Amino acid sequence: MSLRILVGCKRVIDYAVKIRVKPDKSGVITEGVKHSMNPFDEIAIEEAVRMKEKKIAKEIVAFSCGPTQCQETLRTALAMGADRGIHVEVSGPEYETLQPLHISKMLAKLAKDEQIDLIIVGKQAIDDDCNQTAQMTAALLGWPQATSASKIEAKDGSLQVVREIDGGLETIKVKLPSVVSADLRLNEPRYATLPNIMKAKKKPIKKLAPKDLGIDVSPRIQVVTVEEPPVRQAGAKVENVDAVVEKLKALGHA
Amino acid sequence: MSQHSRVMTLYKTLLHLGKEYPGGYPYFRNKLKNAFMKNSSLKDPKEIDSAIARGEFVIKELEALYMLRKYRALKKRYYED
Repeated sequence: MSLRILVGCKRVIDYAVKIRVKPDKSGVITEGVKHSMNPFDEIAIEEAVRMKEKKIAKEIVAFSCGPTQCQETLRTALAMGADRGIHVEVSGPEYETLQPLHISKMLAKLAKDEQIDLIIVGKQAIDDDCNQTAQMTAALLGWPQATSASKIEAKDGSLQVVREIDGGLETIKVKLPSVVSADLRLNEPRYATLPNIMKAKKKPIKKLAPKDLGIDVSPRIQVVTVEEPPVRQAGAKVENVDAVVEKLKALGHA
Repeated sequence: MSQHSRVMTLYKTLLHLGKEYPGGYPYFRNKLKNAFMKNSSLKDPKEIDSAIARGEFVIKELEALYMLRKYRALKKRYYED
């Protein structure tokens, strides 16, 4: 098998950063905040690179949509082992209203243009937690989907995927071409060390605009307000078990 | 690769890794500089080799630290036990 894999990489606020809501409640502060690749997307890239190392895949194309800084995310993907990158550039304000549907349309168009056999994306982005892109992309292409994958095995023209679901693990078989979304336990992504980042500078990144792909990026959903979660109330200490029961009854938990 | 360029590459790689250090980049950079300065007077190639090997071990440790930290944070955030 020699698959051509398309991997979606989203540039998000780094997972370790403390998020602050903008005073006007329109969103989250992103100016001057450390950004990095969505952890689930790192897992997706790692899986694609492992498939290439096992000679199941022949080429890995990394894709990212957003402002100019997304090139850094693509460079990380290239440093991890992707062969080339595609950057669909949208301006800052347009990026704030970009939604999974737009990304799915881009992925679907690119999959047809670049003759992709497999699309791997992260299960969800840690900023919007939508968990929609893989599913929508599969629907737009009419391809089978295997979401929340924790293990992928390639066997002549199809994939055997173990999915993490509420009840436990589900094993399904999907024919290629298909869309897979990576879950946390699929693999442990390699770190993009400086020598690899240097080598990745030679790899090409193609720049496109949404209109080159024929995609309208106007929003379908409007964010009404973004608020911080309520501040945790202080607990109360009690003397003994009876006092605990009293308090619980008083609060309405019988 | 000459020994000098190996040491330089090691320093640059560690510096790059330090950007994600939980204790802060300035703290890491200081510690790194001091550690390299302490060994700057080494002359014997074998000793330099073992110092480089120690540096490469630190790289592996840092990568493991970052990976574990990220995994635990995501597991706590997204998966109920």
